[in-house]
Amino acid sequence: MPDALIVHRLHFAFTVTFHYLFPQLTMGLALLILILKTLALRTGEEHYNRAARFWMRIFGVNFALGVVTGIPMEFQFGTNWAQFSKSAGGVIGQTLAMEGVFSFFLESSFLGLFLFGEKRLGPRGHWFTALMVFVGSWLSGYLIVATDAWMQRPIAYALGPNGEIKLTSFWGLLLNRWALWQYAHNMSGAVITAAFVMASLGAFYLLVGRQQSYGQTFVRVGVIAGVIATVFQLFPSGDGQGRLVAHNQPVTMAAMEGLFHTQKGAPIALIGQPDLEKQRLDNPLLIPRTLSFLTYRRWMSEVKGLDAFPQSDWPDNIPLVYYSYHVMVGLGTLFIAIMVTCAWKLWRGTLFTSRGMLWVLMLALPFPYIANTAGWMTAEVGRQPWVIYGLMRTQTGVSPLVSSGNAWFTLLGFMGMYTVLGILFLFLVYRVIEEGPEPPPLFVTPKV
Amino acid sequence: METTWFCLVAIMIAAYVVLDGFDLGAGAVHFLVAKTDAERQLVVRSIGPVWDGNEVWLLAAGGTLYFAFPALYASGFSGFYLPLMIVLWLLILRGIAIEFREKVASPVWATFWDVVFATASLLLAVFYGAALGNVVRGVPLDGKGYFFEALWTNFRLGTDTGILDWYTILVGVAALATLSLHGTLWLALKTQGPVHDRSQSAARAAWWIVLVMTFLVTVVTFRVQPQVLNNLSEHPAGFVFPLLALAGLAAMGWFIRHQDDLKGFLASCLYLVGMLTSVVFGLYPLVLPASTGPAYSLTIYNAKAADYGLRIGLVWWFIGMALATTYFVYVYRNFAGKVNVEG
Repeated sequence: MPDALIVHRLHFAFTVTFHYLFPQLTMGLALLILILKTLALRTGEEHYNRAARFWMRIFGVNFALGVVTGIPMEFQFGTNWAQFSKSAGGVIGQTLAMEGVFSFFLESSFLGLFLFGEKRLGPRGHWFTALMVFVGSWLSGYLIVATDAWMQRPIAYALGPNGEIKLTSFWGLLLNRWALWQYAHNMSGAVITAAFVMASLGAFYLLVGRQQSYGQTFVRVGVIAGVIATVFQLFPSGDGQGRLVAHNQPVTMAAMEGLFHTQKGAPIALIGQPDLEKQRLDNPLLIPRTLSFLTYRRWMSEVKGLDAFPQSDWPDNIPLVYYSYHVMVGLGTLFIAIMVTCAWKLWRGTLFTSRGMLWVLMLALPFPYIANTAGWMTAEVGRQPWVIYGLMRTQTGVSPLVSSGNAWFTLLGFMGMYTVLGILFLFLVYRVIEEGPEPPPLFVTPKV
Repeated sequence: METTWFCLVAIMIAAYVVLDGFDLGAGAVHFLVAKTDAERQLVVRSIGPVWDGNEVWLLAAGGTLYFAFPALYASGFSGFYLPLMIVLWLLILRGIAIEFREKVASPVWATFWDVVFATASLLLAVFYGAALGNVVRGVPLDGKGYFFEALWTNFRLGTDTGILDWYTILVGVAALATLSLHGTLWLALKTQGPVHDRSQSAARAAWWIVLVMTFLVTVVTFRVQPQVLNNLSEHPAGFVFPLLALAGLAAMGWFIRHQDDLKGFLASCLYLVGMLTSVVFGLYPLVLPASTGPAYSLTIYNAKAADYGLRIGLVWWFIGMALATTYFVYVYRNFAGKVNVEG
C-alpha cells in the first residue's frame, strides 16, 4: 500500500513537528527559570522571583500544549506503525515506557506544585519543584532521543526466528553513542530556543519602553545562555553528531551535503540547488576541501558521494534533506553571530541602548524554531528509506490494514484541531506578554 | 514472566480507571451538579491539580503495554485506529478546556470550555466502555494478528463487527453510569455547598442505575464471551474478584445513604477495581480474543516481548513505580481537603 504509506508518514511528520514546537521551549525554559530561581535564592532579590513567575505563566500554557499534543505521539506508534511496533516494541518500548514511568510522573506531580504552590512551599521548596520539573523534562528528552537514536543506529539487539527484534543489552540501548551526541545537540537546541524567546521579549520591552528592569534581566539571561548554547551547538555537539552521521550513515551525509560524486578533498556547499536528474548542484557556492576536513580531520581525505551507494538506499527525498540541513546550519551560524555580538555589547554595557541590536534580537524569535525543526527533519528524512536504519524499511513498518482514506481522515482532523490550538496558544501568550510581569511593590516593608 | 507483566499492566490500567475515572466522571456530571459560573469553577478546580497526573497513568500503561506485549499493542492500536484517534481528540480538547477555562475572565469563554469539558468527558467515558466491550467480545483478527474495525457496521455480533454494536454500546453506557457515580462521589468529597449537596443526591440516583447496569452487563457478558464463565468455573478462587466488586457496590450504597463521602468514594474505587479485575481474570490468558476463531486470538504467550527485556523491565518498573507512588502521595496530601473558589 504505497498510497497509504505516504499518508502515514505525513501523519507522523505533521503531528510530531507541531508537537515539538512546544517541548523545545519547555525544556529550555525549565533551565532558564531554574536559573532565575537560583539567582533569587542567591541574591535574595525578589525581582528575580517576579521575573520567574512571569515566565512560569508562559511555561504553563506552553507545557499544557506540549502534553496534549504529546499523547498522540505515543499512540501513533501502534495506530499507524503497527508492524514496526510489533517487531521493535521489545526494544524501543523500553525507553518509551521508562519515559512514562520515570519522567511523566515526576513532571506532572511537581508541575502543579511548581505553578500553584509557591506560597505554600516557601522559597527553597519552590526552587526544588523548579528543579524537579527541569529534571523531569530533560529526562523525558533523553529517553525520547534514545528511542530515536536506536532507530538511527540500532545496537544491542538480536533477531528472533519470526523477525522480531530482541533487546540484548539494556545499557547498550540507553548509552548508545548516537543518543549521547544527539541529546547534547538537541538539548542545546532547546536552550537556544528559550534563550532567544527570553531575550527577544526582553528586547521588545526595552524597545517599547515598558518594564525596563525586567527587559534588561530577560535580555541579560537570554544572551548569556544564548552565547553558550549557540557555540556549543556548533562545537562540540554539532561536530560530534555530524561525524557520527558520516560514519554510520554515509549516504545520508552525502544527501545532506548534496555530494553526488565521491571525491578527495570534498567541499561543503553554502548555496546551490540539488539537481537529481543531472546529479549536480546548480549555481553552487563551495568552500573547497572543508567537508573532508570536518569529517576526517584531513583536507584531502576521500568522502563518499551518493554514487557510491545503490539508489535504493538513497534517502527518498534528497532535496528536503539537503535544504533542511542547510537551513539548520545556516541559521545556527547566524545565531552565533547574533549572540556573540550581543554578549560583547552586554559586556561593554552598551547593549541596552543599542536599538539596532535590540531590533535584531526581537525579530530573531521565530528562527530557532525553524532551525530546530529543520534539524529534526534532517535526521528523520535523512534516515529514509529506513524506519530502523539498515534493519527495517519504512514501507514494511506501516499498519497493514489502516487504509489511506482512514489515515487522511485523522490527518485532516489533527490539522484542523492543531490550527485551533496554535491560534489559542498565540492568543493566550499574547495576553501574558501584554500584561507583563507584576510591577515591583512601591513600598518595601522593612524586614524585622 | 508474561503472567507477571499481564498483572502489572492490569494494575496500571486499573489505576488509570480509578484515578482518571473520577475526573472524567466529574466532567460528565459537570452541568448536572454545577449551575453557576462559580460552581463550575469549583468543579474544575477540584480536579485541576491532579487530572494531568491521573492521565499520565494512561501514557505509562500504554508504554508498559508497548514494551511488554508489542504484538498486542500493534494489533490493538491499529485495529482500534478510529476510536483511538477520536479518544485522542477528546483528550486534547478536554485537557485544553480544563487548563484554559480560567485564563480569561469572560462568561462566553468559560461557558464554551464548560461545554467542551463536559461533552468530551462524557464521550470519553462511553468510548472507554465501548473499548472494553470490544476487547471482551473479541475482534476479527486475521492470520497475521491484525484487524481493522469501522466505527459501526450492522450493530450485531458476529465476525463483521464494528466498534459500536449493541453489546459495546451497552458496556459504554454502563461505563458512563459507573464513572459518573465515581465522579459525583469525588465531588461530594472535595466540595462544599450546593455542588456538594447536588453531588450527593445525584450519587443516590446513580447508584441504582449502576446496580441495574452491573447485573445486566454481567449476564450479557457471560453469553457474549464464554471464556469468562469457563475461567471462573475452572478456578473458583477467581470469584474473589466479582465478590470484591459486589462488596464495593454494596458498601457504596450504604455509605451514600449515610452520607459518608470519603468511604463512599473509596467503595467506588473498590467496585471499579473489582469489575476490572473480574474482566481481566475472566479473559486470562487471552489479551485479545478473536471472533474469527480461537486459533487467531492473541494471548500473553504469543504477544509478549523477549524474556531478557521483560526481566530487565521488572527492575526499573518497580523502582519507577515506587518513586511515582511517592510523588502521588505527596501531591494528594498537598492538595488534600475541600477546594474553594478563592484558594
